Amino acid sequence: MTDTLTPPAVAADPKLQSKIPAGPVAEKWDAYKGSMKLVNPNNKRKFRIIVVGSGLAGASAAATLGELGYQVDVFTFHDSPRRAHSIAAQGGINAAKNYKGDGDSIYRLFYDTIKGGDFRAREGNVYRLAQVSVDIIDQMVAQGVPFAREYGGLLDNRSFGGAQVSRTFYARGQTGQQLLLGAYQQLARQIGLGNVRLFNRTELVDTVVIDGRCAGIVTRDLMTGEVASHAAHAVVLCTGGYGNVFFLSTNAMACNVTAAWRAHQRGAYFANPCYTQIHPTCIPQADDTQSKLTLMSESLRNDGRVWVPKNPDESRAADQIPEDERDYYLERLYPSFGNLAPRDISSRAAKRAVDSGRGVGPLKNGVYLDFAAAIGRLGFDTVWERYSNLFEMYERITGEDPTKVPMRIYPASHYTMGGLWVDYELMTTIPGLYAAGEANFSDHGANRLGASALMQGLADGYFVLPYTIGNYLAGLLNKPIPGTDHPDFAAAEQAARDRFARYVSTKGSRSPDWFHRELGKIIWDYCGMERTEEGLNKALGELPALYEEFQRDLRVTGDGASLNQTLEKAGRVDDFFQLGMLMCRDALERRESCGGHFRAEYQDEEGEAQRDDEHFAHVAAWEWTGDPMHATRHQEELEFEAIHLAKRSYK
Amino acid sequence: MSHHLQNLVLKIWRQTGPNDAGHFESYRIDDISDEASFLEMLDVLNERLIADGKEAIVFDHDCREGICGTCSLMINGQAHGPQKGTATCQLHMRTFRSGDEIVVEPWRATAFPIIKDLMVDRAAFDRIIEAGGFITADTGGAPDANLIPVPKPVADAAMDAAECIGCGACVAACPNGAANLFTSAKIAHLNLLPQGQAERYSRVEAMVDTMDQYFGSCTNHGECEAACPKGISIDFIAMMNQDYRKAKFKNRKALART
Ligand SMILES: Cc1cc2nc3c(=O)[nH]c(=O)nc-3n(C[C@H](O)[C@H](O)[C@H](O)COP(=O)(O)OP(=O)(O)OC[C@H]3O[C@@H](n4cnc5c(N)ncnc54)[C@H](O)[C@@H]3O)c2cc1C
Ligand code: FES
Repeated sequence: MTDTLTPPAVAADPKLQSKIPAGPVAEKWDAYKGSMKLVNPNNKRKFRIIVVGSGLAGASAAATLGELGYQVDVFTFHDSPRRAHSIAAQGGINAAKNYKGDGDSIYRLFYDTIKGGDFRAREGNVYRLAQVSVDIIDQMVAQGVPFAREYGGLLDNRSFGGAQVSRTFYARGQTGQQLLLGAYQQLARQIGLGNVRLFNRTELVDTVVIDGRCAGIVTRDLMTGEVASHAAHAVVLCTGGYGNVFFLSTNAMACNVTAAWRAHQRGAYFANPCYTQIHPTCIPQADDTQSKLTLMSESLRNDGRVWVPKNPDESRAADQIPEDERDYYLERLYPSFGNLAPRDISSRAAKRAVDSGRGVGPLKNGVYLDFAAAIGRLGFDTVWERYSNLFEMYERITGEDPTKVPMRIYPASHYTMGGLWVDYELMTTIPGLYAAGEANFSDHGANRLGASALMQGLADGYFVLPYTIGNYLAGLLNKPIPGTDHPDFAAAEQAARDRFARYVSTKGSRSPDWFHRELGKIIWDYCGMERTEEGLNKALGELPALYEEFQRDLRVTGDGASLNQTLEKAGRVDDFFQLGMLMCRDALERRESCGGHFRAEYQDEEGEAQRDDEHFAHVAAWEWTGDPMHATRHQEELEFEAIHLAKRSYK
Repeated sequence: MSHHLQNLVLKIWRQTGPNDAGHFESYRIDDISDEASFLEMLDVLNERLIADGKEAIVFDHDCREGICGTCSLMINGQAHGPQKGTATCQLHMRTFRSGDEIVVEPWRATAFPIIKDLMVDRAAFDRIIEAGGFITADTGGAPDANLIPVPKPVADAAMDAAECIGCGACVAACPNGAANLFTSAKIAHLNLLPQGQAERYSRVEAMVDTMDQYFGSCTNHGECEAACPKGISIDFIAMMNQDYRKAKFKNRKALART
């Protein structure tokens, strides 16, 4: 089925200057560094930089900026920087070290990332990411991250989906924890030295733009409800992704889009909101009080085999089903990548298996991930050593031992490739406002490869932003900036106070969580793993009505003058509603399938995603107009010079 | 297939703020799936409270995967509840039976003041890390990662210590409110590694001295290890004490030279 509609041609937007340096892709970053403006060490302390977020991106950026001599204020709604959601990453971090001598290189990591993203990311950004990946590992080891080692004492690697080389560094099943603790410790050192001030349990509720540049932020102290302003020369948002728009996701409970959304409302374009990643290996939902879904690291697919029974009416226990009655569908459909096919492809294949009635488990809502063959081949101890913490976590949640009964898994919302539009310098369309880590849209195109988010967060925070921000600040030297006594700060503060007062005074009948669940259902059904024009239009009909009900019928108990988690949640759900509408609009306008964005109308005979490079090899960047249903869509054309656009095949 | 628990009686600590005396309140709750986690059971209770126009119970949580260290409940007098090696968020209702009475309290320790209901302030942990829980390695200029081989057993031992999630169960479980398990785990993680040797003795001294400003002293009860959701071993405390003694000696000698 094809659609005759093509989007209206849009003239190049003057705000969407990607600022990619000229020259061959391998030389762009050096060229940039050679020509950017510098701030001399003695002048750095004249600049105040606000960093919002203390995950991998935020902690690494804040620590490095502090070391360089800037005055840094770091904000997090968590009690400690160490609790940021990065802590939960399990599997590993990629780097083009080629320690295994298996043919890896910077070019290959670059190529794999562009291809994995279905040719919807910028070459210049991705090449730089691959280049600095090697420095990240050196830096983290120097800081004492206890990566897995081989017996000779050298670093160990494993392979991950979407790659044919072993380039993933890991620390048991807790790589994110160990990397974040490394970055947090470096940040703690700067806090101890007085170079960085920490504002914990403090939430950004607005950004302030004065005379066309970002002048600071407005925050709410979660313990007292107090709203306050903070002025700075530049603001960096490292506030993570928006995967919780689905309500059920593998994200931590508090992950939210508020910071990015408030910046969007003040003029920052939001790019590719429909690019969301559904991770193939999560524990299926068990009942309807479920509050979140738990990821089982993709690294398990190195040794686990994915299968479902061939017969939809199968009722035997897994170990009673003979080999020839099992469908190892990933190995069958994608022989060269097998169980390590990329995430979007594996997720859709699982959905099809379950939709065909061959799902497993009490609710028939999962597929098997089976370790019996690996245990037979490698021995129990080896397999246990690789995955023990994941096996134990699985057993705690399901009550089943995955070394005896195959795991049951199903896809769940996990990561968001979309985010604030940024240029090569990681600056948004608001001068002086930057976005790093999962909060920006920059490097993963329409699908992110496993173990590449940690890499990107640390690349942005350690090795990109500390350079590029100087290029902007140099121009502000000795120029006065507006202080928090500027009327625009007062106005933004008042707007925030009014908003939180409104949530409390609505006194309707439904809790924020109730609305969040309903919102999540709509987004999952119509803007989840498979999207259609009909479904998206349906969602765009239902969402404004539900949002209107939210505004009329919300119930928040307690008040705004002390710690109130219900009130915090209300603000976050409000912003998720608006984002949800924009996501559906973006998915509707992108009339092609690419990576995580699968439009059922655009698939080939074998059911694989069908891109439309002629019309859609661009970034969609949305401009706020006061109502997400009427946001304006802008385009940044993607140029491919080093890589030839090809159909993505993992067969 | 899941079963449902009936007639659970929850006695939950309610406290409006740091200066309120606080008290227990009882709630009865039915129809809780045994597949639900303990925190999901509290979610259900909170939804009901909101429906009744009452304020929801405040508790700390985030990842609900046992890794961020945010959740922190005393359940029937045990930090993180009855299941060994399990953080509150990973405790499931299949551990309980219909008709059970469950007492839920916040961490109780002088160094962790109560903020509201079940939520406490654990910032003292951050102060300990800021004092020396790091390896000084500014960004850029690190040598190639494979230049310093780390024997696998050393890396594994460092990792055993580094697994600490900083939840504070060790402090809550300790009759003295000591933070020796937390502090020693961080010290061991860094002091075991070759990269951590340069600051080994200054680190242990700074961290232990800061710990002593906030927390009680260890008298070897061992309750901390039993309560730790990550099974961090008290052997690390012995290592810390040894390094601390050496540090006092070495640092004094260094001081005498200046
Ligand atoms: C279960 C799981 C496993 C994963 N495993 C892997 C893996 O193996 N490899 C990999 O590469 N990637 C993995 N990922 C993805 C990766 O962990 C994340 O993309 C990455 O850690 C995001 O880092 P970040 O610094 O951008 O944001 P986060 O770590 O999410 O940090 C966000 C920070 O912003 C703060 N914040 C947010 N909003 C506000 C606000 N309004 N005001 C104040 N503060 C705010 C928060 O307090 C927090 O400090 C995984 C993700 C999940 C969910
Ligand atoms: S909520 Fe993260 S460890 Fe329990």
